[in-house]
Amino acid sequence: MRAGQPARAAHQAERGQAERGQAAGGQAGWGLSGVSVRYGQSLALDGVTVRAAPGRIAAVVGGDGAGKTTLLRCAAGALPPSRGQVRTPGIREIGYLSPAGGIYPDLTVEENLGFRAAAYGLRAAQARQRVAEYLDRTGLAAAHGRLAGNLSGGMRKKLGVVAAMLPGPALLVLDEPTTGVDPVSRADLWWLIAQAAAQGAAVLLSTTYLDEAQRAGHVLVLDAGRPLASGTPAEIVAAVPGAIRPLPARPVDPGQRRLAWRRASQWRIWDPPGVPGTARALRPDLQDAVVVAALAREQARVTGAGAGAGAGASAGGGAGS
Amino acid sequence: MKAMIIKEFRQLRRDRRTLAMMIVMPVILLVILGYAASFDVSRIPTVVAGPSARQVAATLPRPFELVGTVPAAQAQPELRDGHAAVAIVTGGARPVVLIDGSQLFTARAAQQALATLARTGPASAARGLTPAAASVRVLYNPGLKTSDIMIPGIAGVILVFVGTVITSLGVVRERQSGTLEQLAVMPLRPRDVFLGKITPYFAVAAVDLAIVLAVGVAVFGVPFRGSAAVFALGALLFVFVTLGIGVLISSVSQNQGQAIQLAIMTLLPQVLLSGLIFPLSSMVAGVRWIAYLLPLTYFNEIARGVMLRAEPLTALWQPFCYLALLGAVVVTLATLRFRAFLAPAPRATAVPAPASGPVLAGSREQS
Repeated sequence: MRAGQPARAAHQAERGQAERGQAAGGQAGWGLSGVSVRYGQSLALDGVTVRAAPGRIAAVVGGDGAGKTTLLRCAAGALPPSRGQVRTPGIREIGYLSPAGGIYPDLTVEENLGFRAAAYGLRAAQARQRVAEYLDRTGLAAAHGRLAGNLSGGMRKKLGVVAAMLPGPALLVLDEPTTGVDPVSRADLWWLIAQAAAQGAAVLLSTTYLDEAQRAGHVLVLDAGRPLASGTPAEIVAAVPGAIRPLPARPVDPGQRRLAWRRASQWRIWDPPGVPGTARALRPDLQDAVVVAALAREQARVTGAGAGAGAGASAGGGAGS
Repeated sequence: MKAMIIKEFRQLRRDRRTLAMMIVMPVILLVILGYAASFDVSRIPTVVAGPSARQVAATLPRPFELVGTVPAAQAQPELRDGHAAVAIVTGGARPVVLIDGSQLFTARAAQQALATLARTGPASAARGLTPAAASVRVLYNPGLKTSDIMIPGIAGVILVFVGTVITSLGVVRERQSGTLEQLAVMPLRPRDVFLGKITPYFAVAAVDLAIVLAVGVAVFGVPFRGSAAVFALGALLFVFVTLGIGVLISSVSQNQGQAIQLAIMTLLPQVLLSGLIFPLSSMVAGVRWIAYLLPLTYFNEIARGVMLRAEPLTALWQPFCYLALLGAVVVTLATLRFRAFLAPAPRATAVPAPASGPVLAGSREQS
């Protein structure tokens, strides 16, 4: 407890420096560098680096337990890393959608946004104008007097995103803003997110949907707390090693089965580099690239350690299917 | 049903705090109550005043216990300020025995002891103290009404309930719903969050107190003889302590169930050991020391002192000081816990600049 005070002061000083150097930060972007986070004996993040540049969207993708939320909590300043460096603007310049949404169910839509605006020191007129604009754009205007607890899941998510965007932050950190949301609401939410980026915010978000990650300027794929792939979606796809080809059915051979996954009604299989007689039969997309990255890591682990099998299916199921 | 029983046992085994409470609390309560639950008063602090004070003091029979001899004019102030429960004033045609009725059980014990003296009559000087020979007057609560001494204390219990139980729930609800994490990354200082959190409960507690006192005075006829300002100051300090305890409890509780358990664990001893029900003088020393750690003990002293005996602030400095000390300790601890939760200590260290370009499976260039 006693150590917390100076440590907090140091953290605030670090934030203050970041705030003072905002122009430089704005050019270089915000983000995490070599960050590791340990919860007791469990390593939740292991040397992860990600950058959120102003006006760009960076997406963190991965299956359940990959470390997405931990990473975003670090980026928002809610969790100190065990190791590494977190570069953020001042606390007033961060908009954060927490996993729980950060919305009070027993306050109305308007009251929730009013509280957020007041906490960030927005002037009343400015807050009124922004609230009205966002509510109108998201279709929440008709529900402005409803208790947040009575909203549908999609509406609550929208409200959470609007609340995070309300202060006009330089860094917008959104934890799975579209999970559990219907397609129409997802489109609305992406419009909001794109709007924030267009206005100059650096957006760092997590998603389990790879089609959404495809829209981001930068993608970081996490697997069990470690970076599996990172770059632009095109870079990640271009870096797929070996080849992918379609299969008429699930392979019978256990060795092949480890390298196969299902996309919609079709089966696909990855031929690692150096496998004779393979041809690049399919042009991969981001989803294929992520699955292959997971398979390649698993194969490297198996080859290196000479043990373990069958993780290809889980990696494919977790990240790609 | 078997599956249900097994599931419940598994859940109970993992909820160690509840399990500990279920097993340990009854034992602790039994031991404490065994030593505390007594209405028997074995000693009655007594001052003797007037020209024959020395002679009467020398032969003062038990359970009267001499705490001093004072001039006759000082006898009643000694009772008012809580220094003694009985004052014997000599020098008149017959001695006057003044009894502090705001100490209900002690007053009853004093009346009973005087009646016993009349029957048995030990020393000749003491014999003059019997109701037949002396003039006995009960001050501050002449009818020895239970409501007169209970209502000021019950006002304190209500403040503990609002301040501790309700507040602890209010804060832990933020933790459970995940909004406390959101607060942690918002530009609010922990002090702002802490004060913002307790202020509405403070207002509710103040309204509650006003209602209880109004009902006590209007319906039960409880007197309010002292200064409202002194009472308000005492109540303010007391509410501050109870709110601090509430926030402290919420900061160490993971859910509302745990918060309620802990809040009740602080409420129960205060009701039983603060002197509200059992007189402090009847408790054994160890249990009495626990009572001295409880804020309600001091609020009781202040409330009864102001309402029934019109005690001035100068006479109540001790309970005020103890309450202030408790408040400082509790609120400091609560704020530190709150601060630690809202702003976890960072342990970041610098590392080389991030790598650029795509990094694929199995590569560890970034780490």
